[in-house]
Formats: sequence, structure tokens, C-alpha cells
Amino acid sequence: MISEEQVRHVASLARLGLTEDEIREMGGQLDAILDSIEKIRELDLADTPPTANPLNLSNVLRPDESRPELTSEEALAPAPDAVDDLFAVPRID
Amino acid sequence: MQTQERRTYQAVIGLEFHVHLATQTKMFCGCRVTYGEPPNTHTCPVCLGHPGALPVANEKAIELGVMAGLALNCDVSQRAVFARKNYFYPDLPKGYQISQFDEPICTGGYLDVPAGTPDGDETIRVGITRLHLEEDAAKNVHVGTSGRMHGSVGSLVDFNRGGTPLMEIVTEPDIPSPEAARATANYLKDILRAIGVSEADMEKGQLRCDANVSIRNPDGSFGTKTELKNMNSFRFVEKGIAAELARQQEILAGGGRVEQTTLHYDPETDEVHELRSKEFAHDYRYFPEPDLLPLELSRAYVREIGDRMPELPDAMRARFVGRYGLSPYDAGVLAADRELAAFYEEVAAEVDPKQASNWISGDFRALLNESGADLSGSKVTPGHMVELIRLVGNGKVSRSAARTVLAEVFKTGEGPSEVVEREGLGSVEADELDGVVDGVISSNPDEAERVRNGDKKVVGFLMGQVMKATRGNADGGRARELLLQKLSS
Repeated sequence: MISEEQVRHVASLARLGLTEDEIREMGGQLDAILDSIEKIRELDLADTPPTANPLNLSNVLRPDESRPELTSEEALAPAPDAVDDLFAVPRID
Repeated sequence: MQTQERRTYQAVIGLEFHVHLATQTKMFCGCRVTYGEPPNTHTCPVCLGHPGALPVANEKAIELGVMAGLALNCDVSQRAVFARKNYFYPDLPKGYQISQFDEPICTGGYLDVPAGTPDGDETIRVGITRLHLEEDAAKNVHVGTSGRMHGSVGSLVDFNRGGTPLMEIVTEPDIPSPEAARATANYLKDILRAIGVSEADMEKGQLRCDANVSIRNPDGSFGTKTELKNMNSFRFVEKGIAAELARQQEILAGGGRVEQTTLHYDPETDEVHELRSKEFAHDYRYFPEPDLLPLELSRAYVREIGDRMPELPDAMRARFVGRYGLSPYDAGVLAADRELAAFYEEVAAEVDPKQASNWISGDFRALLNESGADLSGSKVTPGHMVELIRLVGNGKVSRSAARTVLAEVFKTGEGPSEVVEREGLGSVEADELDGVVDGVISSNPDEAERVRNGDKKVVGFLMGQVMKATRGNADGGRARELLLQKLSS
């Protein structure tokens, strides 16, 4: 069982402000996810290495060559706020 | 017998370096790596962290990481994995930094750092815990009191730096003093430059250094360590650590306890200040980066990189001592700068290697330092240097005139012989010098007489007159010989 304390901790790391109701709701949802993952333990996986990616590939790399870039206007277009061609972001408290 | 209470404080220092790799483009996208360009002119959806944009690792960055690992005597992992380091900060648009965690590219090496003793042979062995690859964050331009900012804006962000290939190198806590920490940082810079892995310019932020600092307990166990962040010059590495050690000693001497914390060195006041602990919550919830595939580094691949690796400063220094007969110090000066060393070798192949070393690591390097120019941007070629050294060797130009010639070649890129011709800096020919000496003797009869009577102290004065008359272009040895010969009767 995920405690409310754990939900609060994860929420604060993710910078999410949750109401008390949401904390209970999220706790339930996280429990359900953990239960699903728990099912995997029922299998015998002694010979299966941990897998982070379903593709059986490695060394997918690109050459050190430049590609087209955005202009600063394009880069800043979706920004809620910009000053002097810089992204303006809220104060962190 | 009364035992005096003795407190010996033994410093325990470990360093953590962040190094920009010398690639053309960023770690996970094809945007160019630049310095000092207008803000947000080198970005794309990947380095801006737009949803759905996918990273692809830069093969050159992997190669440079492996090369650095080999130079630091590390084991190169056969398998390495990128991981997400999760935290929130305005300079990190994805909410995580792509880094490496439990499967870094290299582990377990060491660095034999010259201890700075005069003979240059003593070293301190500093263990390397690990070396891994990651991406740099963007640059926060912190807001001062700019009138154009409204109250809710905390910082302004330039993403040109965001995604620059970054190599983190962590040392063991083997470093015994602030001086040794500075020497370690400096030597690492030399190595990284020598093998072309990084320009490692601290002023440009291409090499950054953090330190873990503690004082060993009387029973030998480690004391509580503090983390000192972002000392941005070699001098500040030394001064910052010294200031933090002094602070810890004072706490311990007063019977207090050192708290584990993160500090920032302020060079203006020579003091350390605590950073807000919230900014460095060490709960990063690493997990393997699903958008990138593992690296498999075969032995053949690693060997091939090792074979291509340029000579390390240590090996080059030893070779210069053995092959050219230079002192370890002079050899070290040249070996610390790969381009200068290559320049030297071209010159040393043609003329006396010791003369070449004197001119290159002395006068020429001074000219470079003064002008702030790089060797690559200098107008002096190895051919010029050979010609100049030959002119001095043949007695065509005096050493002091040759200095003037070199400065002129440095400025204009003209050949040394042309400069000598144009400026009339050639040594005075034998018969001409004979006449000058005669002239000096006849116009200074009293001094000449005193020399004839055995007063050798006045020779210096007469020599000065000869040099004045020839504008310093006389061969001093020959002028002196002539003077004494003519006044020996």
C-alpha cells in the first residue's frame, strides 16, 4: 500500500500541488499500477536480464554533423513570456 | 610527563569535474555547440525539450568519453546505459537530465598528478571513481533589478548551451590539500587538451569543478563532508577549498559539529556561503532512458580509439627529456601545450633542440601570452623560428636584436631575414666593429688608459659605448675581445 505520505513526497518532487481528495485518489491509482507490476513477479525471470527497452538494438548513434536549427523567433514563439530573446520563467520558491 | 593536546587536521578532498566535449554539435541533437552567440539561436525541439522530440547520441561524444577514460587509466565499460536524472529547474526543460547512473561509460582509473616539486618528478596518485556522459543544462541569466522585468519572473533562460555534451569525472577522496586540488584540476586540463577531448577553458565554462571537503577524525575515520560548488578558476579551486577547510577547522576547534551541506565560494569575500538546500534535493529517481538504446563498446572499438590517442603529456615530457636533452621542467612546459609541442618538434628537427626550447617556451610563449593569441592564430611559423635561431647561431644577429626581430615577425608575419634587412638589425661585420672599437677608444682616452693600466672594471663602460654605437647589434663576445686586445699593450 502506498501511504499518503509517499504520495505527498512524490507530488512535491514532481512539483504538483494536490488536494487532499486528489492525494487519496492518486494513492489508489498508484496502488493499482504497483499491483499490475507485482503480477510480473509471478513469472520465473531468473534468466531474463532487466530490459529498459523492447528494441533489441544498441549503438544507435548519429554523426557529429550539424542539422538545421530554429531561429530565436521560432524557438521563443511558444513561450508564454520572453524578454530580450530569452525565455522568461517564473520565480522558483 | 604531560602530553600536550595535539590536534592535527587532515584534509580529505574529492573533486568532481564537468567537462564540455570538443564536438561540433550537441549530445543528443544536431544543434551546433557555440560560445558567446546571441541567445536562443542554436536550438531545436530536442534541446528545447518539446514533447515527442527524440534524442540520438552523438558518436563523437562517445568516442571522446572513451578516449578520456583511457587517458585516465579507467576501465571502459563493455556496456553503458543512459539514465534520466529527474529534477525541476528552469534550465532543464524536460524535467530530467539525460545522464548515466549505474552503468557509466568508464570506471576505476587514476591520475598521477605532478606534485609541483622543483625536480618535477614527484607525483600524487588521485583515483578516478567514474566517468560518465550527460547533457549540459541551459544557461540561467539571473534577473537583477532590470526595470523591464515584472515581479513574477524569476530567471531568463538561454538554451544555446542546453544539450552540450558534458563529461563528468569523479575522483576518489585522495587529495591531501587545496594546493594538490588545484594541481589535479590543472593537470586534468592539460591531459584533456593534449588528447583533444576538450578545450577545457574554465573561463568559458568548458571545465567546471566541485569539491567534497571534509576533515579526518582523530581516529582516522572520515568526518562529515560538505560540497563546494562551481569554483570557476584554478585559483578559486585552491582558495575555495582552503576557505572551507578553515571554516570546518574552526567549528571543530570550538567543539562543534560540521553539518552536511552544499556551499558556494565567493571570491570577493573569500568566504563560503550555504546554498538553499531545497535546490539540491538528492532524490533524483534515476531510471534507464527509454528513448536511447544501450551502448555496447567492443574491445576492438576501444583498442582502435586507444591506438589513435595522441601522446599524453607525461609520455611526451619523458620523450623530450630523452630525445632532446631538455630539463624535465622545460619539457613539461612544452608538453603541457599540444600545439606548442608540435611546433617545437618541427623546429627542433632543424636546429639545436635546447636553443629551440629556449626561444619557444621563453620569448615566443611570452609574446603569445601577452597578445592573448592562440598558436594557431600566430603569424610565426616553425620555418621563421628555424631561420631566426640560425641567424643567431651564425652570428648574423645578436641575441638581443633577435628578440626584436621575433616580436616584429610576430606582428607582421614577415621572414626574419627581411626584418633584419629592413630594420638594420644585422650584427655589425668584423671590420666595421673594428672601426667602432677604435672610435670608442679614441673618444674615451681616460677610460682606455685605465684599462691599459689593468683596471678591468672600466671595460664594462667601454662595452656599453660600443653597444650604443652599434645599436646593440654587435656580438658582445667579439667586441669585448677586440677591446681587450687593443688595450693590452
